[in-house]
Amino acid sequence: MITALVTIVVLAALAGVASVATAGAPREISLADRIDALLPQTQCRRCTFEGCRPYAEAIARGAADINQCPPGGERTAKALAGLMGVEPKPVGKEFGVVPDHPAVAFIEEDACIGCTKCIQACPVDAIVGASRHMHTVIAADCTGCELCIPPCPVDCIVMRPAPAVAR
Amino acid sequence: MTFPTAPAPHVVAHDSVGRVMRIVIYALLPTVALHVVFFGAGLLVQIVLGAATALISEALALRLRRKPLEPFLKDGSAIVTAMLLALCLPPLAPWWLVVSGTAFAVLLAKHLYGGLGANPFNPAMVGYAVLLVSFPVQLLQWLPPAGMDIEHVKLSIGETIQAILTGSLPSRLTWDAVTSPTPLDALRTNLKMGMTMAEAQAAPIFGTLGGRGWEWINVATLAGGLALLQLRIIRWHIPVAMLSAIVVCASLMYMIDPGTYAGPIFHLTSGASVLGAFFIATDPISAATSDRGRLIYGAGIGVLTYVIRTWGGYPDGVAFAVLLMNLSVPLIDRYTIPRIYGHAR
Amino acid sequence: MTARELLAGGLRIEAHKQRSTKAPIRAASLVERYVIPLDQHSGLPAVPLVKPADRVRMWQPIAQPAPGISAWLHAPVSGEVIAIEPRPAPHRMGAPTLSIVIANDGRDERFDNAAAIVSFEQISPNEACEHIARGGIVGLGGAAFPTANKLESSLCENGPQLLLNGAECEPYISCDEVLMRERAEDIVFGARALLHALCSPNCTIAIEDDVPEAQAALRQAVDKAADPRVRIKVVPAIYPAGGERQLIATVFDAEVPHDGLPADIGVVCQNVGTAAAIARWIRDGQPLVSRIVTVTGDGVREAGNWETRIGTPFSSLIADCGGYTERMSRLIMGGSMMGTSLSHDDLPVVKATNCIIAASALDLQPRGLEMPCIRCGNCSQVCPAFLLPQQLHWYLQPFDGGQLARHGLLDCIECGCCDYVCPSQIPLVERFREAKPLLTRELDAHLSAHAARARFLARNERLARLEAEHRAKLAEKRRPKNEPTS
Repeated sequence: MITALVTIVVLAALAGVASVATAGAPREISLADRIDALLPQTQCRRCTFEGCRPYAEAIARGAADINQCPPGGERTAKALAGLMGVEPKPVGKEFGVVPDHPAVAFIEEDACIGCTKCIQACPVDAIVGASRHMHTVIAADCTGCELCIPPCPVDCIVMRPAPAVAR
Repeated sequence: MTFPTAPAPHVVAHDSVGRVMRIVIYALLPTVALHVVFFGAGLLVQIVLGAATALISEALALRLRRKPLEPFLKDGSAIVTAMLLALCLPPLAPWWLVVSGTAFAVLLAKHLYGGLGANPFNPAMVGYAVLLVSFPVQLLQWLPPAGMDIEHVKLSIGETIQAILTGSLPSRLTWDAVTSPTPLDALRTNLKMGMTMAEAQAAPIFGTLGGRGWEWINVATLAGGLALLQLRIIRWHIPVAMLSAIVVCASLMYMIDPGTYAGPIFHLTSGASVLGAFFIATDPISAATSDRGRLIYGAGIGVLTYVIRTWGGYPDGVAFAVLLMNLSVPLIDRYTIPRIYGHAR
Repeated sequence: MTARELLAGGLRIEAHKQRSTKAPIRAASLVERYVIPLDQHSGLPAVPLVKPADRVRMWQPIAQPAPGISAWLHAPVSGEVIAIEPRPAPHRMGAPTLSIVIANDGRDERFDNAAAIVSFEQISPNEACEHIARGGIVGLGGAAFPTANKLESSLCENGPQLLLNGAECEPYISCDEVLMRERAEDIVFGARALLHALCSPNCTIAIEDDVPEAQAALRQAVDKAADPRVRIKVVPAIYPAGGERQLIATVFDAEVPHDGLPADIGVVCQNVGTAAAIARWIRDGQPLVSRIVTVTGDGVREAGNWETRIGTPFSSLIADCGGYTERMSRLIMGGSMMGTSLSHDDLPVVKATNCIIAASALDLQPRGLEMPCIRCGNCSQVCPAFLLPQQLHWYLQPFDGGQLARHGLLDCIECGCCDYVCPSQIPLVERFREAKPLLTRELDAHLSAHAARARFLARNERLARLEAEHRAKLAEKRRPKNEPTS
């Protein structure tokens, strides 16, 4: 009798402690959120999806493989493989080349005609400018997705090595 | 003139893993000595067998893992494992028990996880647990301690070695005559048979405080443990938390029903409470990391030890308690990272 | 002594200061050429005001601060500028850095600095800061942060409390100890000037409990000044009690926020040497062109403290000390715990050179073979930042940025205490030092990815909203046509 009582009291106490201890713990987050957190957020669409988040959702529902992200390279592919519990594999060649060094877009300002096409193309709002005024890329905000290059009618956007992060 | 360069700091204290392990070994010597006084030379034979097995297993594992032999054989960690395991075995246990237990501890519990510093479980306790679940009969065959009013059979060194290696006793003796349960075991059996606590403890293997002989061995272990504290090989958190938890649990149950539950003094002075608190649970490799974590870890071991002893089916609970808490170390560590300088609480 | 005897509450460590404090401060020999690196202070390199072949006089400004954090430089001797070129520098671990080289004419003709001598009480605190800047004053504790920049960033409403750091906790270094013994009055004078410049209500001079002579001299100077704002606080001689953040915790029982400065909790900390340098500048017109350098270690014949002009080669100081002994094996600038080891001695003394250790094997105690971590926790017991070095070490292999950040790798002050006590002889600080930039890069990448995601989602939302508005407008336009008019 006493044994049973004590056991119940102890278990209840433990449950209480556990619930208090985990009260501040983060809520359950979805698989897509966890995949998204591992992606580099370049929004470059080389994975064939409309951005990192859609790619994450596609992986989560099994519609995409883990090796479709060239900007993330081997690291991201490995991390995704770990999360999904599959064998790691190199980034598929059909999705593009893994860059050696992060790059950012740069507008050759003498040539820019102020057409705003690149501004509309930039997925992360990293290009500023106004119609018929010169545009410029905010290097710190550029993810190097290269989506601004094809729309430019005068081919004045080039990729340059990303500046070292100033500390 | 040019000089070789090196990164700071340019001075370090003279210390080594080997020194730490050697001090632990020395601190175990009083326990070993009293053990021999009360139970005969069997333990010495077990330690020699265990240490030899540990070193051979260590060398084998190191060779297989292509690691340098010398520094790791000399670090003494394998000997500590062997000694702790040998201390948990009955003095006349057959040789293959200590050999297989130690080999299991070193090869599987230690090296399979990456060797020194990487084992999540206390190797000696893994070895003991494996032996306990595989060969419970042999592990329960303790000897009666030397004492005035208790039948104690003295074996010569030669006879002891013969008994351990061949399992045969001198013709004047039988195994039944030389073995006896441990006090913790006897208490449980007696209580199961419906005796009251007073009746149960009237048996001659019980002494003034706990088990006859065991109480003095525990005092010697306490002395060695305090020496480790003094030399700062271990810190107070785990022993204090573990022993307090045992005392709290035992006092509580004793107050509820002194007829069924042994008191705190008995629990402290019997079995491996003190050895566990100062020498086994304090193994830093498999223990929790921060001071706060170690308090929780030690208290957990204390509570589990009491629970397993009192309601479980094993002669002592320390080994399983330590292993269970080893298992929860990552969780404890996660929630007990100390506050860093300059960060808010 | 073994590690464990030293563990209680920090690291009590053999000070090794008796040898260098036997003799009083002596003047180092003059040399023919002085090399003044332009980047010897924290922040941006100074901009030269002279060109090769210019004649300069002693104490004349030769480089002015670049905009931002930077400092003035002055000629330590009179003579001719013979080159402005890259020269090996000790604070760059022997790598060359742009330096002004001056040939000494031996005449010590002084630049007219009379205007520099001011009565502090008569100028405003802002002017005082500017004036301190013109003296080329930088922190002399080892980091060489321009003092004026630090004062400017510390100005706060009621004035910060001033803390003068005389806790010279690192082994071997004794330049502050001898300074306090012999020039305590300079320190108190400088302290009062700083109090004025900062509008500070009070000044605490922290001194360790193992330097009784320096304490006595300082006490005497404080009594003589009879300034109720200045007080002395004796702190235990525990390494690294003299680290800025650690000293503030000891003296004020308050912690500097991990991402902030002492000024955030109303404290500004200066080295006692800096205070003395300020005194010389505003009282005597002598800019920071010389400093006390401790030369010690079993690798030199005679140890001592030398009043050394900035730009003097290490080799000349070593010669002043009677040269190397046969046991000499490692040259260190700074203390034995955090100092930089240098490959040769043809390097100039810079403003940050507080100590030169010519170490022999006796000083160094060679490291034993590295063993795996046994998680003994000695390191976490001595860590002054309350970190768990054993966990940091664990998460370095393989590199786990998230856990390293959680366990505060970037809060490591690289004091070396964990290294010192590690029974496994693991070079922890070296590993942490290497890992910090990797972690910073990873955290930056993480932050920018986070920001990119936020902008991407915001843009998508905006486009969707515009699209919806556009549709609504179209619908609005069509509706009147279809509806019957009344």
